[in-house]
Amino acid sequence: MAMIEMKQVVGGYGGAPVLNGVDIAIDNTDIGVIVGPNGAGKSTALKAIFGLVKVASGEVLFEDRPIANSLPDRLVPMGLSFVPQEKNVFTSLTVEENLEMGAFIRRDDIRDTLDSVYEMFPPLKEKRHQVAGELSGGQRQMVAMGRALMSEPKLLMLDEPSAGLSPRYVGEIFDQILKVNAAGVGILMVEQNARRALGFASRGFVLAGGKNLFTGTGKELLADPDVAASFLGGHG
Amino acid sequence: MIPDRRTLYAFAALIVFVTLVGVWQGPANVSLLIAHTLAYSLIALGLNIQFGYGGLFNFAIMGFLMVGGATNVFFSFPINPDFWASDGPMLLGRALLAFVAGALLVLGARRLDRFGIKGKARGIAIGIAWFVAYLVYRSQIDPAAAYIESTSGWIGGLGLYPVIGWAMAGVVVAFIARIIGKITLGLRSDYLAIATIGISEILRSFVKNMDWLTRGTLAVSPVPWPVPQPQNLQAVGVSIDDSFVYARLGFILLLAVVFVAAFVLVNRAYGGPWGRMMRAIRDNHVAAEAMGKNVRVRQLELFVLGSILMGIGGAMLVTFSQILDPSGYQPINHTFLVWVMVIVGGAGNNWGAVLGAVLIYFIWILSDPLAQFLFLNLSRWTEAIGWGAIPEIDSRSLQMRVFVLGLVISIALRYAPQGLIPEIVHKHHPELGHKKAGA
Amino acid sequence: MDEIIFLVNKVVISGAVLGSIYALGAIGVTLIFGILRFAHFAHGDMMTMGAFVAFLLAALVGAMGITAPVPLAFVVLPLAVVITAVLALLIDRGFYAPLRARGAKPVTLLIASIGVTLMIQGLIRLVFGSGTRNMYLDIEDKIIFRMDFGWLGGTRPLVLSQPQILMFFVTLACITGLHFFLTRTRMGKAMRATSDNLDLAQVSGINTQQVVTVTWLIAGSLACLAGTMLALDVNLRPDLAFNIVLPIFAAAIVGGLGNAYGAIAGGLLIGVTEALAVFNWTAVLRPFAPYLPFGMELPANLALVPTEYKLTVAFVILVITLLWRPTGIFRGLST
Repeated sequence: MAMIEMKQVVGGYGGAPVLNGVDIAIDNTDIGVIVGPNGAGKSTALKAIFGLVKVASGEVLFEDRPIANSLPDRLVPMGLSFVPQEKNVFTSLTVEENLEMGAFIRRDDIRDTLDSVYEMFPPLKEKRHQVAGELSGGQRQMVAMGRALMSEPKLLMLDEPSAGLSPRYVGEIFDQILKVNAAGVGILMVEQNARRALGFASRGFVLAGGKNLFTGTGKELLADPDVAASFLGGHG
Repeated sequence: MIPDRRTLYAFAALIVFVTLVGVWQGPANVSLLIAHTLAYSLIALGLNIQFGYGGLFNFAIMGFLMVGGATNVFFSFPINPDFWASDGPMLLGRALLAFVAGALLVLGARRLDRFGIKGKARGIAIGIAWFVAYLVYRSQIDPAAAYIESTSGWIGGLGLYPVIGWAMAGVVVAFIARIIGKITLGLRSDYLAIATIGISEILRSFVKNMDWLTRGTLAVSPVPWPVPQPQNLQAVGVSIDDSFVYARLGFILLLAVVFVAAFVLVNRAYGGPWGRMMRAIRDNHVAAEAMGKNVRVRQLELFVLGSILMGIGGAMLVTFSQILDPSGYQPINHTFLVWVMVIVGGAGNNWGAVLGAVLIYFIWILSDPLAQFLFLNLSRWTEAIGWGAIPEIDSRSLQMRVFVLGLVISIALRYAPQGLIPEIVHKHHPELGHKKAGA
Repeated sequence: MDEIIFLVNKVVISGAVLGSIYALGAIGVTLIFGILRFAHFAHGDMMTMGAFVAFLLAALVGAMGITAPVPLAFVVLPLAVVITAVLALLIDRGFYAPLRARGAKPVTLLIASIGVTLMIQGLIRLVFGSGTRNMYLDIEDKIIFRMDFGWLGGTRPLVLSQPQILMFFVTLACITGLHFFLTRTRMGKAMRATSDNLDLAQVSGINTQQVVTVTWLIAGSLACLAGTMLALDVNLRPDLAFNIVLPIFAAAIVGGLGNAYGAIAGGLLIGVTEALAVFNWTAVLRPFAPYLPFGMELPANLALVPTEYKLTVAFVILVITLLWRPTGIFRGLST
């Protein structure tokens, strides 16, 4: 069984649907990467899982339970976590407070999780009492990921985690994503750096016009001449 | 904009309602209500231009009504010979000179950038210029005001025909609205609302405290009427009861002429290209700006136009009641009441604004006798069961209308946010294409 | 020496008293704006409502023959605070929550809060009449402390009344408590997070409904405290706080909407500025009168703003702040 499954999902923001039948399925050991041209509905697909976009028809299943149109305050306790692309830290709160907010739904002791997040992102430990708004772009992305990990999710969804980062940080963030996955957290992410992301993806989904164009492992997609011709182009 | 079927039904129901109230309250009371209603309809129309057409949140209505009323008094009240015989005019002339000098000083400071003084230094210079101008003006106006108040009381009026006073009220309020609009219209809508509430209070404190100009809390009375008054009619042999009705009828006719003229003009403009452009700007700022419309200038136009009607309406209210009493102005009666009229009637629809004005004014006034009736019965009941009578029924039931007004706003916002006669939404604005949903 | 005492009495004390009230009110306004993004105009009347709740309770307790060294209205405050907080929550559920659920614009909520203001005012006057009441029961005295400065050569005392002293303590306690709540507790941090970034707060699984509830409870409590303290200092009237709702907004906006610390600073700033603006400098400058050049004398009134225009001071500050720096002197939120 797949951990998260979208079956023929149609949905959008109220007007014409953005998603016109999206199928996505990954396991908890997977790194799933959604790629596609601008306006393909990549981010919308993530948001549809997280209840931020209305699902008009189709199914969204998490561990075989239907979760379509559930709100985050139900999804986070189930084990889903989401890092938005923009405005993904509380700028007026300190780093540590940001992390604590990620654990809002938990009533148990969060100190161990906090330590493991600091271990994963050492710069954050140094700046734990600094206000998040003062951090650099890469550090903010760490805070955002750290915050999402604080709820001890089974599935971490990231919306373009490398957007706006310098090349050095992009590699770092991707390494950290791999580390999180190695610790047993399923990853589902939208990525502009298609070639690079498909390189380490165990599942890849190419969306266009709100539909699946190609589905396969990362390697299959990279090797598929149709994918390359229609979407990957030169080197990304 | 031709009334549609819904509008016709609503107005038919309103006429039945007003007639019923007329039978209950008698012709004298109802003629008073109708006169007030006409003035308030004009004011509501003004707000509809600002809010309904332009989406501008003007909460300074009370201030505009007060300034309109005071201007009207200045132009139409008989001349005060004591003032003109005293040194008052000379002192006021000096104050005016001081004002002009101060204004020049501030203007000069603002132009300092032409002489290479920029940024912070210019800002500080402007601040100092304002302060000095303020002191210079105060040094002249304070003694002048004190002198006038101690010798002739106040400056009196110019003794012109009241209708000229109304027109001048429109002009003066337009002038003030232009200044206020230029300063505030760039603000975000909720900040604009709060800023205008503040400005309204500033205007009130001026009208209330400039005793030399407005007589302040001493109140001015009797403000002359433009048509024969009851005593004039009694002098030519009309019975006392009838004289009141006829005098008010005359006044109502005059009000009706002004109101109908304003309504027809506003309505025609609304249906024409100008009105369409205004609504397009309201519904989608960004698109309108992209189309090359100067949004700020257009909004200022609406703000000034609406304020003229408010000024005239405020002047009419003062003339009709024959008294200018600055302490009688309250945000509840003069700002919020008008807002409820427009929201309940239907913002953006002139027929709706007028319907709202009549309906809400009647509800506002009738809440009092209704509450008295309720209280008297309740009091009888509490006496009967031994709890004693309810004290101060009169003053308490007067407050009922404040509660009813609040309740009406809450119900309207919740259940009929578009109003009783909603704006007719045209799906396409020719100038701007598709109207954005929920923008 | 007398001149300094006069200055302290007229500017420092009365400015701080007024400023404390403004600050307590402005914190509520600013918290509500931070979480719900609308200008809650009914906040002034929530203060009045709180004062009347305290008055009723005090009268009840007094009727039972209980007395205390401080005014009974102060003794019953904890209970009055709870009642007002619950009332505030009910007002939200009844009048604002349905509009929010519909996705109404902030200005619609502002107008709804004007509706609530009118209802509260109408109800208070229906029940209590329009007259002025004394918060001190008949048997209680308003104690006035006069501090003698004879040893410094002053002939006039420094005057402080009991409610003013209580007010300073209450304000201080509220601010410390609030600071502790906002920076140390899970709920307080969640409130700051929600105010900072509502969408992210929801995504993080923060129960924003709960945050809204807590916000109203706090705003209602502070309103009750501020209203009661104000009524103890002056008198209890149905328009007690409606008249100061604009200075309160001015304080919140000057401090930067959404910023609780800014609201405190804004409140004190506006309170002291008002006191300074109407202060008659002649009294302080009198000792220098002999040194004036020949032919000049001190005018009888040398106040920057005539007393009757006192209320306009706050509005002028408000309008200037809005135009010059709409996000407040201490950067606030933008919608």
